Amino acid sequence: MVERLEREVEAGTVPADGEAVRNRLIEILAEVASTGRAPIDLSGDPAVLLMVGVNGTGKTTTIGKIAWHLSREFGLSVVLAAGDTYRAAAGEQLEEWAERSGADLVRSAPGGDPGAVAFDAIEAARARAADVVIVDTAGRLHTQSSLMDELAKVRRVIAKQVPDAPHETLISIDATTGQNGLRQAKVFSEAADVDGVVLTKLDGTAKGGIALAIASELGIPVKLIGTGESLEDLRPFDPADFARALLAE
Amino acid sequence: MFDQLSERLQATLSDVRSRGKLNEGDVDAAMRDIRLALLEADVNFKVVKSFTATLKERCLGAEVLDSLDPGQQVIKIVNEELTALMGGTGRELAFASNGPTVILMAGLQGSGKTTACAKLAAQLDRTGKNVALAACDVYRPAAVDQLVTIAKEASAHVYEQGTDADPVEIAGWALDRAREENRDVLIVDTAGRLHVDEDLMAELARIRKRVKPHNVLLVVDAMTGQEAVGVAEAFAETAEFDGVVMTKLDGDARGGAALSVRTVTGKPIMYASTGEKLRDFDQFHPDRMASRILGMGDVLSLIEKAEREVDENQAIDLQKKLQREQFTLEDFLKQMQQVRKMGPISGLVGMLPGMGGMKQQLKGADVDEGELDRTEAIILSMTPEERANPGMINGSRRKRIATGSGTKVQHVNQLVKQFDQIRKLMRQVVSGKPLDPQQLAQMSQAGGRAQRPKVRRR
Repeated sequence: MVERLEREVEAGTVPADGEAVRNRLIEILAEVASTGRAPIDLSGDPAVLLMVGVNGTGKTTTIGKIAWHLSREFGLSVVLAAGDTYRAAAGEQLEEWAERSGADLVRSAPGGDPGAVAFDAIEAARARAADVVIVDTAGRLHTQSSLMDELAKVRRVIAKQVPDAPHETLISIDATTGQNGLRQAKVFSEAADVDGVVLTKLDGTAKGGIALAIASELGIPVKLIGTGESLEDLRPFDPADFARALLAE
Repeated sequence: MFDQLSERLQATLSDVRSRGKLNEGDVDAAMRDIRLALLEADVNFKVVKSFTATLKERCLGAEVLDSLDPGQQVIKIVNEELTALMGGTGRELAFASNGPTVILMAGLQGSGKTTACAKLAAQLDRTGKNVALAACDVYRPAAVDQLVTIAKEASAHVYEQGTDADPVEIAGWALDRAREENRDVLIVDTAGRLHVDEDLMAELARIRKRVKPHNVLLVVDAMTGQEAVGVAEAFAETAEFDGVVMTKLDGDARGGAALSVRTVTGKPIMYASTGEKLRDFDQFHPDRMASRILGMGDVLSLIEKAEREVDENQAIDLQKKLQREQFTLEDFLKQMQQVRKMGPISGLVGMLPGMGGMKQQLKGADVDEGELDRTEAIILSMTPEERANPGMINGSRRKRIATGSGTKVQHVNQLVKQFDQIRKLMRQVVSGKPLDPQQLAQMSQAGGRAQRPKVRRR
């Protein structure tokens, strides 16, 4: 990126004054950040969203927010699948979000099979003619290959039930994560074919620069950003805003 | 753990060691490599700068350049400085002289506070302390439920008032209860908060004032990047934490947060969390971590793990049986289960000195725990008589065992054969006869397959 900017300044296409160079840099950053951008695909019947990510990056919270936006702003009926059967009280946490956002919840006993939960949720969505199913999964470190295999299996279960599903697989990445975020996106993508990133916890001082690396190296765009604890704090990603924030002091 | 950093540092140092004599240029080149390795590992750039400056100064000193083996000296210095960077010899929890010892846990959302609370409780419980937890995270949905559930596993009591009470009140009330009920330790779980959230940071300060903790621990996700420094500084100001709990160290974190936090805040890493299970939680020893990063292994931790997991009585029992040549498949099973309790084999390999190279061979590969599972399943499908006397396992028994364990007859054959070899070998060891190297080699070839960790390329 820097090389490209240098070339442009030398060639005279960008005037060599600070302000202009800065603006051009923002443009370039925004361009990189918009690699592979596409809106979230809700065309399926029901549309199936699969949420994956490392422990503590904000999967369940993000699902709650997405469900709220879908039902509140688009008037869609949503079914949540509590596929995190591992962590203590993960089901209760999602239940709370389901209540707040007015979505239905399908869950199993702790330690149950996440694939089965996804299966049941899609069945339930069909029976109730719901528009969207969002499948939560347990947080897992991308280094644990057996858990990554499990994720691939959940995906297969979903794909068997609804053609082309999951229509959207999102990975949540904590904006405070360093270079490791790139590895996370890469490995999760290999296991579950990730379509987009949700960059969470952007309300701190972290700017989430790792999103640039993920977009340019893996071609996976950021689709949503999380900026707080309440239901409204989820926004579509705006590459230009993001680029400006990266360069802001 | 820190594999990438570890590989790069080891490569640089082995290059230095191969040189024999060192001049200033060699040291400069090595320092440049080390600086790059650290920067790539997300270590804060100020920390890197001062670290390499100290290193260089020491490496150019007379003790190195004039010594007989300068390469070895450089490694020694890097080891010492890495240890110092992570906090020297480590620090223990402060305990109250009377009344409950209060430990306050703080950190960002999703760093792993609640899990760390339960793991710490379990660890203190193992040392015979009566531990209680205070559930002060009233914001995140179901955080209280989560704490209650995992506390049960850690056999710790939880003081909770649901989510409608004020966290400061809950903390104070829990402390009163802990006093009345004569608890040794009270661990206060708090809600995750961003360091820029003034209201919540003020609340944390109020909780701290109310319970006057003997220890404040900051929970930090090991995968945090350059941001770790800002977070640690902000929490140092409000929470005045005494030490850090590093979580998710079992991932492939580069180590930036772990290597920066001590220099930036002056507070050491006290605990490290390395897995999903409650027991995957240990005191952090900077010296041991430094030698692991440099591929020198960590035998001390391995021994501690063994002491914790291996039942002494069982071990003595086993020894007696060996001497009386009564070692059975049942004992073999028990022994295997004990070793496996210490965690996945791949994790243990990293603790052995000189295994740096081996780890690289295993890179991108897994020690196949399934193979061990299969061996266990086969033995468990045998009758007690068969386990005591494998000689009686004939063709039809083999078929039954294979079906019972979901394996093939060949697998059962392999195990029986291997066990026979082991027994022969042990008889020899016990009788004090010198071992025949040829026989050893034979054994590892013949019977080894069923037990040798299979390396699966990804």
